[in-house]
Amino acid sequence: MTEVDVAAYAVITEGLTKRFGEIVAVDHVDLKIRRGEIYGFLGPNGAGKSTTIRMLCGLLDPTEGSGHVLGCDIASEPERIKERIGYMSQRFSLYEDLTVRENLEFYASLYSVPSGIKRARIEQMVRMADLTGRERTLAAHLSGGWKQRLALGCSIIHKPELLFLDEPTAGVDPVSRRNFWDLIYRLSEEGITIVATTHYMDEAEHCNSLGFIYQGRITAQGSREEIKANALKGQVIEIECHPMREATILLETLPGVAEVVRFGNTIHLVTEDRSLAPADVEARLIGEGLKVDRVETAIPSIEDIFVSFVGLADRRSLRAQLKRMRQESI
Amino acid sequence: MKSRLLGMIRKEFIQMWRDRLTLGMMLSMPMMILVIIGWAINTDVKHMGTAVFDQSRTPESRDLLNAFTNSQYFNLDNYVDSYDAITRLIDGGKAKVGIVLPPDYARALKQQRVAQIQVIVDASDPMVATSAINAASAIGQVGSLRIASEMLQRSTGRVPPPTPLDVRVRAWYNPDLVSAIFIIPGLLSFILMQTTITIIAMVVVRERERGTLEALIVSPLRRWELMIAKIVPNVVLAYAQMTLALVFGVWVFDIPVRGSVVLLYFLSLFFIMGTLGLGILLSTIARSQQQAMQLAYFIFVPSVYLSGVLFPIEGMPPLAQTVAYVIPLTYYVEIIRGIMLKGIGISYLWTHLLVLAVIGVVLIAASILRFHKKLG
Repeated sequence: MTEVDVAAYAVITEGLTKRFGEIVAVDHVDLKIRRGEIYGFLGPNGAGKSTTIRMLCGLLDPTEGSGHVLGCDIASEPERIKERIGYMSQRFSLYEDLTVRENLEFYASLYSVPSGIKRARIEQMVRMADLTGRERTLAAHLSGGWKQRLALGCSIIHKPELLFLDEPTAGVDPVSRRNFWDLIYRLSEEGITIVATTHYMDEAEHCNSLGFIYQGRITAQGSREEIKANALKGQVIEIECHPMREATILLETLPGVAEVVRFGNTIHLVTEDRSLAPADVEARLIGEGLKVDRVETAIPSIEDIFVSFVGLADRRSLRAQLKRMRQESI
Repeated sequence: MKSRLLGMIRKEFIQMWRDRLTLGMMLSMPMMILVIIGWAINTDVKHMGTAVFDQSRTPESRDLLNAFTNSQYFNLDNYVDSYDAITRLIDGGKAKVGIVLPPDYARALKQQRVAQIQVIVDASDPMVATSAINAASAIGQVGSLRIASEMLQRSTGRVPPPTPLDVRVRAWYNPDLVSAIFIIPGLLSFILMQTTITIIAMVVVRERERGTLEALIVSPLRRWELMIAKIVPNVVLAYAQMTLALVFGVWVFDIPVRGSVVLLYFLSLFFIMGTLGLGILLSTIARSQQQAMQLAYFIFVPSVYLSGVLFPIEGMPPLAQTVAYVIPLTYYVEIIRGIMLKGIGISYLWTHLLVLAVIGVVLIAASILRFHKKLG
């Protein structure tokens, strides 16, 4: 990476690797995260998302490779990075035996927020987290959504330039998740760079840029549009026909088909490459005597792309898992 | 830096204050020990229940029995008529000692024969047995001497010389040989060590268990700032405990403080630093609060048995003595007994200070270093 790159990107890494004994948790990851963007870091559980974030924050030392955060080397200048970043993990890192205000005051002092603006900053965070009137409530007595917003408040009380969110919405109800992302948009508008890991696919739609990680490796990275246009090797064909059961069984046997998924009345067909055209599919279905209403290509969803990076064997269980999460979030 | 450290210390104090149960336990523990040792346990054996089978029933036998009563060791509360009765009383635990005087006691004395007196002791409690045997032998010897000199006077008409040997033993520092005075300062030191180690280990492990440690490591807070912030409130708490214990001990139980309280507080600082360092070290090894507790017992057990709190080090085999002198509590117990009971000053204690200071520095340095490793 050049010096220009180091200055231009909020996060840039080269060959970043972390091994725990025999296990390679993060395997030569090259990240490029521009200043001011909302970067979504996607991957199934255990893919290496959190480990990567932890290395960038100075919680873990990389085994190999290098990285710069806000122009500072993660290996040699971690202390300079720490003052300028915020970090919020899924565990929220709140002191349950401290009140809302005491938590905010504590994190303000931890980041040396000047005493002149401390009060105003705490007030601002209380308002942002919608906790006005609850300043003296113990953090233990807050519900999930409030805890989450308080944790966010604690992690940005020093106005960091870059905010790392490690699965910030895990275990929080859908309404709170939407509110949370509204807050993230506002922070982004203020110019804060956001790096968020998640395994909720709908949350990926909130991001300007995306990085996919699977088994410790980056499988695709770029702006959301680029990813949608290029990341999938095959294409997505949407089919409406009757009876669906027979159609599904038939489609699964077609050569060049990677996945057949049903979404309500629609069959979602993901192909392995571009050789299988919608017209071919339609011809086969009619040839088998099925009644076909509609066959056309569709823009792949983030979920389609996400699933396509996973080994064939794991796709079905991953779809099932994502379906559960989708239902939870409605 | 100032803001970080002060904020962190403030947070620790708030958390300490919110955890009333731990706080209350820590502060009341020494008082509990004082009450137990001071009131419940009486290690000085006097007024032992004694059964008497006096077959002689003469002025001479009454003289001897009075000597037993006057010694205060024996309460002659059961006069019985048979040997069996004595056996029954001792078997039933109603008497600890039995005294049997033969029918020919007075006659034997007059005829200048040896008069046999049987003293039966329930030796299942060694403390009682030792006291009873010593007291009975002494009474026997004094009595014999007195009778011998009376007979000499009667037969020769001369006043005999006073007893040739006069050994006078003085028990210094604890003239009444009250064992509570010896044990209490040691036990208070042990409680101080136990509570400081446990609480700081818990506080640090809890931070890790709840995931807040992660937030601290990501923040600009320095490792040494974290350590200082954990140590300072616990030093204050340790001094609070010590002060309460001293005030309670002096006012309610008349524990003497013969030396300088200032010196005691000053030297205590080094001991407390060492135990807190040890506590943090434990917290870097333990993965949970439970594990930290279990590990702590590996320190508590040798400390309480080998440091001289309960048993004198001089009586231990050489290996145990060597171990005793690497235990910080050993030095602190000597300091606290020295200052409280003997009233000695720094000129006798500076080596102890030196050892505790070295142990404290090593433990705190080790805990900071190990803490560093746990992050990576």
